[in-house]
Amino acid sequence: MSVTGAPRPRRPWKGLGRPRGQPSSEARAAYAPFLWLAVFFLVPFLLVAKLSLSDVVLAIPPYAPRLDWSAGLPGLIDFVRALDFEAYARMGQDGLYLAAYLSSLKFAAVATVILLLVGYPLAYGMAKCRPSVRQALLMAVILPFWTSFLIRVYAWIAILKPAGLLNMALAQIGLPPVDILNTDTAVYIGLVYAYLPFMVLPLYAVLERQEAGLLEAAADLGCTPFQSFWRVTFPLSLPGVAAGALLCFIPMVGEFVIPDLLGGSGTLMLGKTIWTEFFSNRDWPAASAVAIVLLATLVIPIVLFQRQQTKIMEQR
Amino acid sequence: MRRGPSAFNIAAIVLGMGFLYLPIVLLVIYSFNESRLVTVWGGFSTRWYVSLFQNEQLLAAAWVTLRVAFVSATLATILGTLAALGLVRAGRFRGRTLFSSMTYAPLVMPEVILGLSLLLLFVSVGVARGFWTVMIAHTTLTLCYATVVVKARLVSFDEALEEAARDLGAPPWKAFALVTLPNIAPAVAAAWMLAFTLSLDDLVIASFTSGPGATTLPIRIYSAVRLGVSPEINAISTLLIGLVATGVIAVYLLNMRRRTPGA
Repeated sequence: MSVTGAPRPRRPWKGLGRPRGQPSSEARAAYAPFLWLAVFFLVPFLLVAKLSLSDVVLAIPPYAPRLDWSAGLPGLIDFVRALDFEAYARMGQDGLYLAAYLSSLKFAAVATVILLLVGYPLAYGMAKCRPSVRQALLMAVILPFWTSFLIRVYAWIAILKPAGLLNMALAQIGLPPVDILNTDTAVYIGLVYAYLPFMVLPLYAVLERQEAGLLEAAADLGCTPFQSFWRVTFPLSLPGVAAGALLCFIPMVGEFVIPDLLGGSGTLMLGKTIWTEFFSNRDWPAASAVAIVLLATLVIPIVLFQRQQTKIMEQR
Repeated sequence: MRRGPSAFNIAAIVLGMGFLYLPIVLLVIYSFNESRLVTVWGGFSTRWYVSLFQNEQLLAAAWVTLRVAFVSATLATILGTLAALGLVRAGRFRGRTLFSSMTYAPLVMPEVILGLSLLLLFVSVGVARGFWTVMIAHTTLTLCYATVVVKARLVSFDEALEEAARDLGAPPWKAFALVTLPNIAPAVAAAWMLAFTLSLDDLVIASFTSGPGATTLPIRIYSAVRLGVSPEINAISTLLIGLVATGVIAVYLLNMRRRTPGA
């Protein structure tokens, strides 16, 4: 497949062989979405970077300096001179930012491990079923992915709250009540619950495609079922493990809804920090600086994820 | 994997599915609760659904949300299909790596960053926030999902068919419309559905980019949720889940039916 852009032998004039300045009609088709993403995805990031170097002022919009195009080149020079790293310096001085940063990484990392432990057996079990059952189970995993994130998180509030359904069930069987809502435990439950489909789908995709013959061969060579799982199935499923882990870890680091609704006042996460700085404190430069730091942290996993996706597409 | 599921496999499936569905099932059940309290079952009642349809704020928000979702999903599907065509078919062109990265990044990018960055764009250009800004923001997010869905289908479609049409004298757009498009139509429909539901669900990006006149349903639900659990939220959630589930299962069955005779 020509995913990487290698021209197909059938049409040697496509791709590389084309004289410069004569894009194919397919390349021209991509102009519109390319332009859209440049304007509404790329440019906004440059603005975040710029704003993170600005200062807070009491005005609308609440930051300075603002670039005055009518002042021409001197205006631009003044503008650049007025930029500084104050927002970052404040971040370095305030221990709360560092705590939120580390705690976000911890939440995302621990939740990813739990997701693997919960998602792998589920995906593995699904792959072992008959094809018709598999299809139904696959649908059942995909359906929550389509259902509102907010609603699924909300559903947990009714379960976990002090006078909620969990404590009601515990009282029925004579156990003491637990106080989970607004704690870190609730955030972990929410993260694992909301991201489970994102973990199961890539795992299932690799496990489903594995040849049954491999396991038979392992059994013929004297492997116990556990050995053949550990030495054949698991190593072969590593691309799915990597895809699932990245697909969950990256957005979880910046998660807002779950820590906000299920976590307590002591639950620190960067997504919440950005939200608070922006909406409550109206400190747009600080919100932007936190966003830039978050993005800088996630660049490597995002690039890894893209590489992996491209590789998967090539293998089809 | 021919031997069929073991007891361990079945246990994993039952527990996993239970975990995925129990909260949703409870939410749906309690939307029909006569009592306002979560833990007290006061008998079956549809009163919360009735009060929902008398809540004009909520209805207005639902209307805004549906309009935003419809327009942005349509635009995102068109742009996403074009992007997929460019990425799968155009070979190497200038800026391809950047373009490809831009269609992947929003899939995993934390939503707070996307929301914040788009808001800054709208503020610096001086656009008043409202319907159109939310629509643009949602198009930007969902066009990437649409691209992935259509791309997956295009990769497995034999380009030679369209080439044959061109060799027989069809202009490129006609060859595309008559040969390729009908073949990728299920994926295009799925892309639209996905874009529509993502837009319908989004809270974070909409919070950053919407203005006073364009409060969406998730924003309303969110502010109500912060005040605590209420049966009205259960009722509106049940309606949304029902709507999305019906759509998803319909598209799924449609895809199944088309695929079975050929493949």
